[in-house]
Amino acid sequence: MLRYILKRLISLGLSLIAASVVIFIAIEIIPGDAASYMLGLNASPEAVDALREQLGLNQSAVTRYFSWITGLVQGDFGISYTYRVPVAEMVSNRLWVSLPLAAYALALSTVIAFPIGILAASKRGSMADWMVMGGTQLGVAIPNFWFAMLMVQLLAIKYHFFTAGGFPGWDNFWLGLKALTLPAFVLALPQASILARVMRSSLLDTLTEDFMRTARAKGRTRRGALVHHALRNAMIPVLTIIGLQFSFLMAGAIIIEQVFFLPGLGRLIFTAISQRDLIVVESVVMLLVFAVILVTFLVDITYAWVDPRLRRRV
Amino acid sequence: MKYFLTGVSALALTASMTMAQNTHINIGDQLEPPHLDPTSAAAGAIDNVVYANIYEGLTRFASDGSVIAGLAESWDISEDGLTYTFHLHSGVTFHNGAEMDSADVVYSLNRARAEDSVNAQKALFAGIESVDAPDAMTVVVTLSAPNGGFLFNMAWGDAVILNEGDDVDSLKTTPNGTGAFVFSNWVQGDSITISRNDNYWGTPALLESATFRYISDPTAAFAAMMAGDVDAFPTFPAPENLPQFEADPRFTVIIGSTEGETILSTNNKMPPFDNPLVREALSHAIDRNAIIDGAMFGYGTPIGSHFAPHNPAYIDLTAESAYDPELARSLLAEAGFAGGFTTTLKLPPPSYARRGGEIIAAQLREVGIETEVTNLEWAQWLEEVFRGKDFGLTIVSHTEPMDIGIYADPEYYFQYDSAEYRALIDTLTAETDPDTRISLMQDVQRMMAADDVNGYLFQLAKTGVADARIVGLWENAPTQATDLTAVYWSE
Repeated sequence: MLRYILKRLISLGLSLIAASVVIFIAIEIIPGDAASYMLGLNASPEAVDALREQLGLNQSAVTRYFSWITGLVQGDFGISYTYRVPVAEMVSNRLWVSLPLAAYALALSTVIAFPIGILAASKRGSMADWMVMGGTQLGVAIPNFWFAMLMVQLLAIKYHFFTAGGFPGWDNFWLGLKALTLPAFVLALPQASILARVMRSSLLDTLTEDFMRTARAKGRTRRGALVHHALRNAMIPVLTIIGLQFSFLMAGAIIIEQVFFLPGLGRLIFTAISQRDLIVVESVVMLLVFAVILVTFLVDITYAWVDPRLRRRV
Repeated sequence: MKYFLTGVSALALTASMTMAQNTHINIGDQLEPPHLDPTSAAAGAIDNVVYANIYEGLTRFASDGSVIAGLAESWDISEDGLTYTFHLHSGVTFHNGAEMDSADVVYSLNRARAEDSVNAQKALFAGIESVDAPDAMTVVVTLSAPNGGFLFNMAWGDAVILNEGDDVDSLKTTPNGTGAFVFSNWVQGDSITISRNDNYWGTPALLESATFRYISDPTAAFAAMMAGDVDAFPTFPAPENLPQFEADPRFTVIIGSTEGETILSTNNKMPPFDNPLVREALSHAIDRNAIIDGAMFGYGTPIGSHFAPHNPAYIDLTAESAYDPELARSLLAEAGFAGGFTTTLKLPPPSYARRGGEIIAAQLREVGIETEVTNLEWAQWLEEVFRGKDFGLTIVSHTEPMDIGIYADPEYYFQYDSAEYRALIDTLTAETDPDTRISLMQDVQRMMAADDVNGYLFQLAKTGVADARIVGLWENAPTQATDLTAVYWSE
C-alpha cells in the first residue's frame, strides 16, 4: 500500500511541474496587456509604460516564470495586476464560495443518485426502473443554465423563497447556505442523473457475477447480498465519476456562477482573463490543476481501499 | 397565544426591514471595479462608486453636465487666462479625520502630472506649469498657455483631491476622500458598501448606506431587479427588457444620454480609407436609424460628428452624411472602386458593437464593400486595433466627456492627420470667452463631418431601471458616476 501511495505521489509532483510550464506558456502567448487594459482609450503611452514598469511587466518571460514558480513553492501567489491585492487573498475568498458550492452540489447529487440508482438496479425492468431511467435521461439532457433561470423565475421572482443570486458571506451560516442552495441543486441535478445511471449499470454488472450467486447460496437475503457484496464491488466506476464530478464542479460552475452572480473561482478566472490579469489566471489555473490531481490521487487511494485486489497488483 | 406572538414578531421584523430599506439602496452594476483609486485607472466602474460619493475635486460635474464648485468654493482667473486662484472650502476633512488644505491639492495635482504618474487622463494636467499654495486655503495654478477647458478638466474623476501622506497603494482597497459617503466594506466579486459620512462639510446625504452589487449577466440582472434584490440599475445591460419594466408600475425606466459617441472608427491611413471619397461613401452607406433600432432597440440619438447632442454647442450635422446608398456607390466609383473592395471590421465585446457590426456589414455589402468580421475581447482589441492600428473598420463608443482632442493626435488609432484641425483645436483651447468657444466648437464639428473622419453613428443612451419610489438618480451621465448624494426613497 505504501509503495502504491509513493508511486502516486511522484506522478502527482511530475504532473504539477509539467502543468505549470504549459499553463505559463499558454497564458503568456495570448495577446493583450494588463496595463493598457487598465488605462483605457485616453491614456498617454508614457503612463501605460510607467504602469507596466510598476507591475513588473517589462521583465522577460523567463524571469517572470521563475519568480512566479519560486513564489508558488513558498506559498506566495504574487499580487494581482489589476486588483493590486495578494492573489492568495482573492483566491481564498473565492474558494470559500466555490468549495462549499462544489461540496454541497456533490453531496446533493450523491444523496439523490445512490438510492435511485440502487432502486433501479435491484428492481430491473420494473416501473420504478423505467421511471429512473427516463428521469435521469431528462436530467442529463436539460441545459443547467436554462434550468437555473427557470428556478430563479419560479422560486425567486414569483415566490420569493430565495434571492435571485449573490452571496452574503458566511457571517451568517444559514444565509450563506441558503444562497448556495439553489445553485447547488441546479448543479447537482445533471450530476445526480449521470451518477445514478452509472450506479445502476455498475450494480447490474456485479449482480451477475459468480460471487453473488455464492452469497445467495450461503443464505444471504437478496437485500443482504446487494448491500454487502454487490455494492462495494460496484463502487469503482462510481468513485471515478464522483472524482471527475468534483473537479468539474470546482472549475466548471462558471455558468451557474454567472446566472446566480456568485463570487466564485470561475467568475474570477473569467474576469481575470478578460482584463489580462495573467498572474491571477496562472495561479488559479495552477490551483485547480492541483485540486484535480489531488482528487484523482485520493480517488486512486480509495480504489485500493475498496478493492484489495488493486493493492496487490502494484 | 404562541402563534399570536410569532405573528407579532414577524410583523415587527417586516416593519424594521422596511424601515431599513428606506435609508439603504442596492445599486446594480455590470462591472466590478478593479480597485477604488480613480487616479490610477480608466475603469469607469471605479468612478461609478467613488465619484461625488467618496472623492471630490476642485470642481465637479452636476447632473446636467455643467461644471460647478467642488472643494473650491470660488476661483479667480487672471486677465491673460494663465493663473487660476482657487479658494478652498474651510472645515473639510478627509474620512480618516485629516484636514483638507492647499497642501493636499498641490500634492494631488503634482502627483497626477509627475513623470512616473499612472493617471489614465494625464493629458488633463499637461498644461499646468506650477501649483502653489500661498496659504492653507488658497491654491494658485499657473498654466503654460490659456486653457478654456481647465475648470472642466478639474471636474474629472481622475482629478480628485487625495490626502497628502496617505499610502497610495492602500487607497486601492480603502479609499480616503472628502465626500458625503465613506467606504465601509468590499466583498470581492460580490458587492461594495458605502455609508453616510456624518462629518461631511456640505449637505449631508439622505441615504444611510448604499451597496453596489455586481451582476455581469444581463439575464441575471433582469432577475435581480424583478426579485427585488437590487433597487436600481443605473445602466441596465439589456435594452430589450426595458419595455417589460416600463409596463410594470413598480419600476421607472430612466432614459438619458451618456458622453459615449459611438462611431464606426475608420483607419484613415490605411488604403482605401486614406481616400476622402471612400470615407464619404462610407458615411452615406450607413443607415444610422436601422442600427439604433436593430442594435439598441431604439435607444440612442443619431449624431453627425463626434460631439454630444446634449452639449449647448451641438449642431445637428446628420444630414451631411444622410443614408444614400446610390450616392455611396457613385462616390466609390469616382474613387476607382466601382467593383467595391474588401476590408476588416473588428468588433469589441459590447453589444452595440457586436449587434451593430452585423447590421453595418450588411449595409456595406449593399454598396459593394465586403467586410471580414472578427470578434475581439477588449484586451485583444486594445492590442490589435488601438495600439497596433491593424484594422480597417471597428465600432467603439468613446465615453470620455468632450474628447474632440483625440482627433488632433495623428498617432491616435484612427490616424486622422489634419494640420487645419490641430490649429482649430489650439485656438479653441486658448480661448476663454464662452461664446467664442461655442462657435469654435461648432467649427470643430463641421470640420469633423466634412472630412468624414469616422462613420458617426449615435450617442449611446443611458438606459436605467429603478424602483419607482427612488428619487434623485441622475438621468444623464455627463461623466461616469452614480451620484447618490441627493438620492432618497419617497415613501
